[in-house]
Amino acid sequence: MRISCPYCGERELGEFSYLGDASPKRPAVIAADGGVAPDAEDVFYDYVYLRDNVAGEMSEHWYHGGGCRSWLVVRRNTVSHEIKSVEIAAGAGARTGHPNQERANG
Amino acid sequence: MADAVHSGRLERVDASASGASASAAASQTHRISSGGLIDRTKPLSFTFDGKAMTGFAGDTLASALVANGVKLVGRSFKYHRPRGILTAGAEEPNALVELRGGARREPNTRATMAELYDGLEAVSQNRWPSLRHDFMAVNSLASPIFVAGFYYKTFMWPAKLWEKLYEPAIRRAAGLGKASGAPDPDHYERAWTHCDVLVVGSGPAGLSAALAAGRAGARVILCEEDSALGGRLLADGGEIDGAPASDWLARAVAELESLPDVRIMRRTVTFGVYDGGTFGALERVNDNVPVPPEHQPRQRLWRIIAKRAIVAAGAHERPLVFPGNDRPGVMMASAVRTYVNRFAALPGRRVAVFTNNDDGWRTVEAIRRAGGEVVAVIDPREPTAIRGRAGGAGANVLRGVVTGVKGGVDGVSGVQVSVAGDGTREIAADCLAMSGGWNPSVGLSSYHRGRPVWRDDIAAFVPGQCPPGMVLVGSANGDFSLGICLEAGHEAGTRAAADCGASASAGRAATATDEKFSIHPLWHVKGKGKSFVDFQHDVSASDVLLAQREGFESVEHLKRYTTLGMATDQGKLSNVNGLAIMAEATGRSISDTGTTIYRPPASPVAIGAFAGPNRDEHFHAARLTPSHHWAAERGAVFVDTGLWKRAQWYPIAGETDWLQSVTREVLAVRNGVGFCDVSTLGKIDVQGKDAGTFLDRVYINTFSNLGIGKARYGLMLREDGIVMDDGTTSRLAEDHYLLTTTTAKAGPVMQHLEFCRQVLWPELDVQLTSVTDQWSQFSIAGPKTRDLLKAIVDPSEDLSNEGFPFMGVRDVTLRGGMRARLYRISFSGEIAFEIGVPARYGDALARNLMVAGEPFGVTPYGTEALGVMRIEKGHVAGPELNGTTTAADLGLGKMMSKKKDYIGRVMAGREALTALNRQVVVGLKPVDTAARLRGGAHIIPKGAVPGPTTDQGYVTSVCYSPMLKQWIGLALVERGRERHGEIVTIHDPLRAGDILAEITSPVFYDPEGVRQRG
Repeated sequence: MRISCPYCGERELGEFSYLGDASPKRPAVIAADGGVAPDAEDVFYDYVYLRDNVAGEMSEHWYHGGGCRSWLVVRRNTVSHEIKSVEIAAGAGARTGHPNQERANG
Repeated sequence: MADAVHSGRLERVDASASGASASAAASQTHRISSGGLIDRTKPLSFTFDGKAMTGFAGDTLASALVANGVKLVGRSFKYHRPRGILTAGAEEPNALVELRGGARREPNTRATMAELYDGLEAVSQNRWPSLRHDFMAVNSLASPIFVAGFYYKTFMWPAKLWEKLYEPAIRRAAGLGKASGAPDPDHYERAWTHCDVLVVGSGPAGLSAALAAGRAGARVILCEEDSALGGRLLADGGEIDGAPASDWLARAVAELESLPDVRIMRRTVTFGVYDGGTFGALERVNDNVPVPPEHQPRQRLWRIIAKRAIVAAGAHERPLVFPGNDRPGVMMASAVRTYVNRFAALPGRRVAVFTNNDDGWRTVEAIRRAGGEVVAVIDPREPTAIRGRAGGAGANVLRGVVTGVKGGVDGVSGVQVSVAGDGTREIAADCLAMSGGWNPSVGLSSYHRGRPVWRDDIAAFVPGQCPPGMVLVGSANGDFSLGICLEAGHEAGTRAAADCGASASAGRAATATDEKFSIHPLWHVKGKGKSFVDFQHDVSASDVLLAQREGFESVEHLKRYTTLGMATDQGKLSNVNGLAIMAEATGRSISDTGTTIYRPPASPVAIGAFAGPNRDEHFHAARLTPSHHWAAERGAVFVDTGLWKRAQWYPIAGETDWLQSVTREVLAVRNGVGFCDVSTLGKIDVQGKDAGTFLDRVYINTFSNLGIGKARYGLMLREDGIVMDDGTTSRLAEDHYLLTTTTAKAGPVMQHLEFCRQVLWPELDVQLTSVTDQWSQFSIAGPKTRDLLKAIVDPSEDLSNEGFPFMGVRDVTLRGGMRARLYRISFSGEIAFEIGVPARYGDALARNLMVAGEPFGVTPYGTEALGVMRIEKGHVAGPELNGTTTAADLGLGKMMSKKKDYIGRVMAGREALTALNRQVVVGLKPVDTAARLRGGAHIIPKGAVPGPTTDQGYVTSVCYSPMLKQWIGLALVERGRERHGEIVTIHDPLRAGDILAEITSPVFYDPEGVRQRG
């Protein structure tokens, strides 16, 4: 497989390492004073463990450790290994608020 | 059809050749006197099973054996049946030999692929005591036992005999050639290359494609497995553009060689296709010489990155399945033509031809022109047009099938023919050429799970869905006509070049006219005796039928139950016949029966080629510490930690045991001063306005409030709440920290921190740089540390406890003016400093420390003494940070801040990770002070019966403590902190047995930490 790193150009698979699904966002469940939301464990359980087993296109985190050390979001077909897009992952795993609040706020 | 390649008569090579070659050729009883693509001015000597023979340059081992009249070349895998050369190409299942001798011995080499060289030694395989008299041929008599699945049926009872008797016996009997058992003296390379258009195969379609793409201006790579370009043109000739095909071939090769962006790779087999247009290819650089020239590899493994690929890998002729089809002397009809036309070697003088298609008839003509006699042509079909043209002139043409072959180790002596409506007939012959049709080489098209599609008109599978950017052309695509090959190749080459932006004129395609291929399938001629489907693995038609009766109808089951297609030829000859017989038996169509999944490699590749240069000390890279050479000069013993080689201890004269050396080193540090290279610890430079905030979020404790010029121990978790790594981090300036990791986790921590910085918190102004390799760092420890340091740092530097307190960090000037960074941190529990200098000065610093420290008895110490001292101090390390422990398990729970978010905080609070009965770090002291503790031993309550319910933990780290004068250890024990003082059993059934030990505090030495603060 070959991945087109936005910084380095098309490079061979061996330069990259795989993390997995890029869709989970790290929940913000700790208040500024350090207080923990009551459902924090449940939300984090989803974030840390629950993943879809996608046969088809999915967004994944890849790390260009053998190159520029960028974290990338690679849109890849897990069946054909076809790569649709590669982007810098800046902020891809961030969440600004508590997931339930975000959902409530639409 | 004009044959461009050959015209000659069979006779001994006579004195018209040079004197040398005349005598050399004496053994070549089956060499045709002229013609062929061999160089008769270059005779070559070789031996087969010790017998001296000769051939010519341009021969393969197989063609030379044919020329020498050799019929018997090997024994089959299971029944040890005598076998001869069946094919002339990569699909050869029978003629496997051990090539070369000594350490270069190479088992299972296909004689058809081995180019002849002077002095070649080949030995037949799988026979004892000799090829002609093989003791194991008794297996053939017992063949009713050795049916498909016999392993599962025969060796079941009594079960206890399996390990002692059956398995060893089967293992002895199994296998073909024997490996040399010695290290391979040759070397192997790996290489990468890129191109626009990769063309696989150099037959008419491949050449035509390469020419078109090359002319259009594309960067082309043409890979050909053979040593010569041309594919079937080399054997079949024909007419192209109204002239002999050999003329066109010569012109095409010359033109390709003249095109600057076309690279021709001969002796290179393309064995696999991988994602992103990546192809695996093996170049047999020096397999055609006895020993590779100096500094040259034997083979080179290529990874070729191609935007487009045109696969013109041709087709393999399919055997017919009839009783006796495996006798030596039964040969593929196309192989007979190859031996006759290309190599001027006649496989038989009286040849019978058995074919169900028009192509087989071309063999008739070839044999006749070479001076052989065609004793019969057996064709089960209604008479076709080819019959008149190719066989008309006096051939004994029989409409029927071959039902038996007479012969043995000396080859075929006759064939039995069942003539349609006219009984059976015996025909004397010394060779039977057979053709069951052609199987396109669809392998490369199918490696991405593309399923080949059945075509009734040619009775063969053709490519289905190809990998992106790949097309198959020519006979690989089921187009067996020369004219279509040339045209389709040209068109594919032109289009592929255009896809890559190369649009210069591709010129015109060469043309040829020939007949449409015609075939009537014939899958299985029933009769008395074994009809083989898979020659190498001795799978017969009756095995396929047995599999069907026993319910193994799916092709994947058929393959595994009978081992059909699992030999070194990977079913190139056998698969289609096997599944067609299965289809007949089940009443399904061949299309519904389907094929097994194709997987690379398309041709066998030696493990050595995959390993390439990564063997012995180059198996992986070695990272050397800055003081490595100095340590090596002192005779240090090194230990691999990841890729690093670290000094483990430094033996001195008179020491006979590692424990002696390590104990001396520990005592020297505790009583005087020592130093240790700790450069391998990961060092990450963290800079930016938000560096402190960033560290607060990745460590369980707080770094934003760390004073400038101070260091602090930190612990980081994984997001699941388990400890990831630890180390000290120093604050060098308001916006500048230097973080350290353990040696093992330097890479993973860097990757993790980059994830946090880039993916989670890109809004933070912080940058990370690995500086592990930039710094050479030594720990200097012991009560005389300051004495030693004063001797190397500038006298103006204040090293007193007040001027440089515990956990202080600052840059200092060394004597002579060099700047260094000094950290007052201690792993050993003694007064200690770590001193960092630019990596290139590490060697000099080590040497200077030895000189400056001489008055104080300075002692270099290795990782073992380092480990002893950290266990004495109860510091956790890798064995405790083992991916199962929490901060609290390690006794570091109080460090977990409750005032902020950090990686792992939420999940570390889970019930199971905070349970009271968790295994936590404790110290262990054997009750018998002479007893030795061992790592990995289990802890059970005193006197309890060992078992899963009484298991309470295990010993993680042990050492002999020179300070306590006994073995001590660290362990993870259930509720360990409540149990200090309790006596437990250390259960070690595999080694020294059980001992009693006392659970203690993990800090054995100087628990108040007075010494390191002194």
